[in-house]
Amino acid sequence: MTGTAYVKKIRSGEARLWPSRKPPLTRLDIELTERCNNDCIHCSVNRPAGDREARDREWGAESWKKLLDEAAALGCLVVRLTGGEPLLRDDFEEIYIHARRLGLRVMIFTNAALMTPDLARLLKDMPPLEAVEVSVYGMKEHTYEAVTRTPGSFDAFRRGLGFLREHGVPFIVKGAVLPATRGEMDEFEAWAGGLPGAAGLPSYALLFDLRSRRDGRKNALISSLRTDADEFVRVSRRHGEEAVGEWRDFCARSGGGRGGRLFSCLPSGGSAAVDPYGRLQYCLSLRHPATVYDLAAGSLREAVTEFLPAVRDLRSAGRAYLERCGRCFLKGLCEQCPAKSWAEHGTLDTPVEYFCGIAHAQAVAAGLLEPGEKAWTVTDGAVRTKRRR
Amino acid sequence: MSDKIDLGKVYAPSEDIVVREIEGEVVIVPLVSGIGDMEDELFTLNETGRDIWNKIDGSRTVAAVVRELAEEYDAPAGLLEELLVRKMVVEKE
Repeated sequence: MTGTAYVKKIRSGEARLWPSRKPPLTRLDIELTERCNNDCIHCSVNRPAGDREARDREWGAESWKKLLDEAAALGCLVVRLTGGEPLLRDDFEEIYIHARRLGLRVMIFTNAALMTPDLARLLKDMPPLEAVEVSVYGMKEHTYEAVTRTPGSFDAFRRGLGFLREHGVPFIVKGAVLPATRGEMDEFEAWAGGLPGAAGLPSYALLFDLRSRRDGRKNALISSLRTDADEFVRVSRRHGEEAVGEWRDFCARSGGGRGGRLFSCLPSGGSAAVDPYGRLQYCLSLRHPATVYDLAAGSLREAVTEFLPAVRDLRSAGRAYLERCGRCFLKGLCEQCPAKSWAEHGTLDTPVEYFCGIAHAQAVAAGLLEPGEKAWTVTDGAVRTKRRR
Repeated sequence: MSDKIDLGKVYAPSEDIVVREIEGEVVIVPLVSGIGDMEDELFTLNETGRDIWNKIDGSRTVAAVVRELAEEYDAPAGLLEELLVRKMVVEKE
């Protein structure tokens, strides 16, 4: 091997390929199906596996392959295949292979229960170049299935994970803090730490999103399962004060209120999401009709170069948003965004009390607010964040 | 296959990689296991590397590539050796 740097290696997450000009699309999230083999109590996307109405409306493999061709032509490097449960689709392998042959890295979000030896072998021989992300709903059969509400799902998950291990496919596991699993966090972390390639603590889903398809009955159930603000802070501090320090830094970096600006995520753009029926969205959760583009009536290029930039520029004229979120120096810490307002209230800008409460509890823990103080009434937010850093 | 280059041989891009040009950057994406040092790596070429890469097209011997580039570059064989070790180019059958 020569020492000459003709060839430069780029690891996952280092997207600094384009110092001056960035392609219009760098990442595409694809929700291959709304259907799932599990029926998790907290999930925001899970229609029954056998739901014919949903299945019949889903885009077929040829449509997905054509979209992937367009994405690659636009410079896309990463595609995320998710659901529902993406492995429910009979054509998953066909879509996966097509994406890899286009030179795309593929993120796969799965519960692993439908993993097979053949698919694991394919992922070994033609690696996705991203660790497979496996959601884990419990350490024991009774806790796991209290979440998934699907008999046999614990054994299926363990079997599927076994196939990945057997074939040496890199994967990471993610937990969820739910009534059934709260008591298992230590056990989960010890188990996850012993898995091949484990690095650091596993991540958890704590702040569950409501269904962005706005299913009232399911949303009431999800709301009832959510971690409250005090518990969120307690869980975040389980392993010390590092998280609290990060909250302070994040507040300092993200600046103060944003006035009427609605979108603060993905500041440089470059990503998009598509639902199972070929509708392009700003992200997987934002389904407000004004922010959705029908790919059947247009093109991916038009969607990412014209439609999404216009969505990104949307501003709020709502009084509650302008007086609270627009002035709040915790805006960078708060989970409120147009997608969350849409799921909770059917608007793009209504403040979301749950996330507001969480952000305030974080700020109190970080010494940025006094208990009972409202962040949008604070005039010296920037001074506080600098002082406490 | 040897990892040593042979000036008399013809090399071509391996079928086990995907080469993409994105916004002027050549990006080499492994398609199968064992191409990079790790599974999550992509590769880019610098400007010199890109010029050399474009000549490794299965039609020229290494000696011809070197001759063509000799006026502009000092040691293009270095890149070829690096690509060969990484299995990004293979001997043309």
